[in-house]
Amino acid sequence: MTSTHTLRIDRIACTGHGQCAELLPELITLDEWGYPIVRHAVVPPDLRTHARNTVRACPRLAIHADPVTL
Amino acid sequence: MNRSAAPARHEATGTARLLAAWHADGRPANLTEHLDRHGLPPGPGACLIEAVEDAGLTGRGGAGFPTGRKMRSVARQRRRAVVVANGMESEPASRKDQTLLAVAPHLVLDGAILAARAVGADRVHLCVPRTRTGQLRDLAAAIDERRSAGLDVLRISLHALPHGYVTSESTALVHWLNGGPARPLGARTATCEKGVRGRPTLVQNVETLAHLALIARHGPDWFRERGTAETPGTILVTLSGAVRRPGVLEVEPGKTIDELLQQAGGPAEPLQAVLLGGFAGTWLPVEQALGLPFTRGGLAAAGAAPGAGVVAALPRDACGLAETARILTYLAGNGAEQCGPCRFGLPAVAEDFAALAAGRGDADLLSRLRRRVGLLPGRGACGHPDGAARLAAGALTAFADDVEHHRRHGHCRRPSVLAVPRETRLKEWR
Repeated sequence: MTSTHTLRIDRIACTGHGQCAELLPELITLDEWGYPIVRHAVVPPDLRTHARNTVRACPRLAIHADPVTL
Repeated sequence: MNRSAAPARHEATGTARLLAAWHADGRPANLTEHLDRHGLPPGPGACLIEAVEDAGLTGRGGAGFPTGRKMRSVARQRRRAVVVANGMESEPASRKDQTLLAVAPHLVLDGAILAARAVGADRVHLCVPRTRTGQLRDLAAAIDERRSAGLDVLRISLHALPHGYVTSESTALVHWLNGGPARPLGARTATCEKGVRGRPTLVQNVETLAHLALIARHGPDWFRERGTAETPGTILVTLSGAVRRPGVLEVEPGKTIDELLQQAGGPAEPLQAVLLGGFAGTWLPVEQALGLPFTRGGLAAAGAAPGAGVVAALPRDACGLAETARILTYLAGNGAEQCGPCRFGLPAVAEDFAALAAGRGDADLLSRLRRRVGLLPGRGACGHPDGAARLAAGALTAFADDVEHHRRHGHCRRPSVLAVPRETRLKEWR
């Protein structure tokens, strides 16, 4: 069993600042209007710190990393 | 299209249960007539939940969730619960709930009260759109009749909500009842645990509650005498478009789409396709659709679903792409406007689709449209963008020949057929 996190975006809170895509480009890109597309929701171990920083950096607190056990 | 809410009286085929009184008398049942026909609602009991589970009743609002399971999850919460009867029927291609409330309101109210007592609720909220003033007046009178007769131990409150496509969503109802706008709240809200005033809330479609009122009287075995093992009982469906007798029918799940069309008088002219499930549903070419049973299982293999019992028939002398473009324009103008991917993505898809239907697309149109449609699902707080994506993607498949034809030859200039409301954005959400 490994424990990791899944990215989740609160779509109502999100206003398309785009910080998440800048800080976690391996997992998140932006659509043509600046809103995040989560390409890969499960956070690999080597990106755990970056994911945590991304969650903290969102000005709208719109992105979350939910703990999951795989 | 038949604009009257009343279903055809000549459709009494013996299947009718919810609509039986209507077929017999041709007028809405008042309280006395209702009690004469159905008897008094039975006494209280949590054993109703077991009866509903045994009956296999599933929600009739479109999602088809097992009603007994939902009732249990509300009943097991510690705080006192609340019941919300959803009579909003925001799907423009559906008229079954308005019809049911018009002809058999007391079945719905019985069901709401019985459900409330079974889950330990002390209050029922009946939600209908404020634009249906006649319906509001009649429902208020029905509730008064019951109060005067001392029929119910619980209070039924009637609420007139803003009428928008997404305002019928269960979290939107809870949001409004809690003093906010009738906008969906997002996927993390478990209304069964925390809903109206933070209390466990049972939200049920009015048709589901009417079935429940009859299960309470006649039992689960009676309920299962009709329908299929997967979807027992009867269902209300709305047939529209190019059929001879459009309107609301009570049918058994398991009947094929061809049988439903025949029950609505058969096609008014040769058909090319049917739209199943509603504006957020799926187009199927008619040859593919006719033999399919109108159930979740029967339609799943074809990539479609019954939704809230909607079947719209598209004649050959119509353009599936143009109809889809009109519906997408309506959907784009009727979101809650809370989530970027939907606020921007839906109008862009609607515009691209309109250009496709008008035959004025650029070389990149189709690939751009497909890409944009692919980015809609799962990126909003509710299922609105997913529904629009389903409609658009299904249309590109079902009308693939037309796509080619429009690219080469431009607009086909066929007349509009389906009743799509004018795309007036809802201004007041409260």
